[in-house]
Amino acid sequence: MTRVVVEVMLKPEISDPQGQAVHGALTRLGHRGVQGVRQGKRFELEVSDPVDELAIQQIADTLLANPVIEDFTVQVDPPAPANARSPLPPDRLTS
Amino acid sequence: MTAAVPRPGSDDLAQVRVGIVTFPGSLDDGDAARAVRLAGGSPVALWHGTHDLDSVDAVILPGGFSYGDYLRAGAIASFSPIMREVIDAAKRGVPVLGICNGFQVLCESGLLPGALTRNAHLHFRNRDQRLRIAARTAWTADFAEGVEIVVPVKNGEGRYVGTVETLDAVEAEGRVLARYVGGNPNGSARDIAGVTDPTGRIVGLMPHPEHAVEELTGPSTDGLGFFTSILVSISRTGAGRAA
Repeated sequence: MTRVVVEVMLKPEISDPQGQAVHGALTRLGHRGVQGVRQGKRFELEVSDPVDELAIQQIADTLLANPVIEDFTVQVDPPAPANARSPLPPDRLTS
Repeated sequence: MTAAVPRPGSDDLAQVRVGIVTFPGSLDDGDAARAVRLAGGSPVALWHGTHDLDSVDAVILPGGFSYGDYLRAGAIASFSPIMREVIDAAKRGVPVLGICNGFQVLCESGLLPGALTRNAHLHFRNRDQRLRIAARTAWTADFAEGVEIVVPVKNGEGRYVGTVETLDAVEAEGRVLARYVGGNPNGSARDIAGVTDPTGRIVGLMPHPEHAVEELTGPSTDGLGFFTSILVSISRTGAGRAA
């Protein structure tokens, strides 16, 4: 089994009001160093070996992303994030 | 303002069978069926999980939140079993109207250009909306070109977008079906409320003509024109039936 990560982002020319709203919230929180935010989607697929990369491209191009308005990247077996868990204690997360 | 007078009771129109697809999460299939009936035609219920179009003469994809709008609005519905048949039938010339979520399904299916995304202001918008009919199609033939109508609009992801090349092509080819007038409710590019394919048979519209077919419940009866148009067009041409 191999982990495949597909990330989907709106094309640069398509405006992203959700990202803009996040940016507005950050500005209100005082994070003035953030100049812009764009919001996307990340899919983690558990795929049987050997991974058929052509099939993954097709999956991303037909279902996971809408190529009319979105771009995507495919990473096969990317290294796990160094710090996958939030450093915040659980009580901070549920409040 | 008013659409052509329907001819309910006419045998020719009553023989026209318009299929209305119900997906899990469809909301406006009942109103769409009612609009077809009020216009004088015969609505036929179609189910998303089958490959059976029941030999209908035309198909309506109704509003709602098919499959919960998971992934993207209309995305999962566009791969449902019935949509394989709808897409094949559309390519053979069977008229298809997608309203709201149905418009999203048609764009996701690649039958119409562009895409529908989150409203620019991020709010759900629900109001009576003025539209200008901009193209003569199988679904708008009963409207005088350029006429303004009032029908409800209600969407959270109704902002029509496309690349500049797509939008330019849609405009140059006269494929803008209708434009918002008196305020754009969702930030759609170039005030586009609906588009048509080059043949005028596959049509998508974000506002809801099926909610404007009776004075008791709608802001007007302007929406009837979409349904009388297709009934008259099919009864006149005897368009080929879907398999």
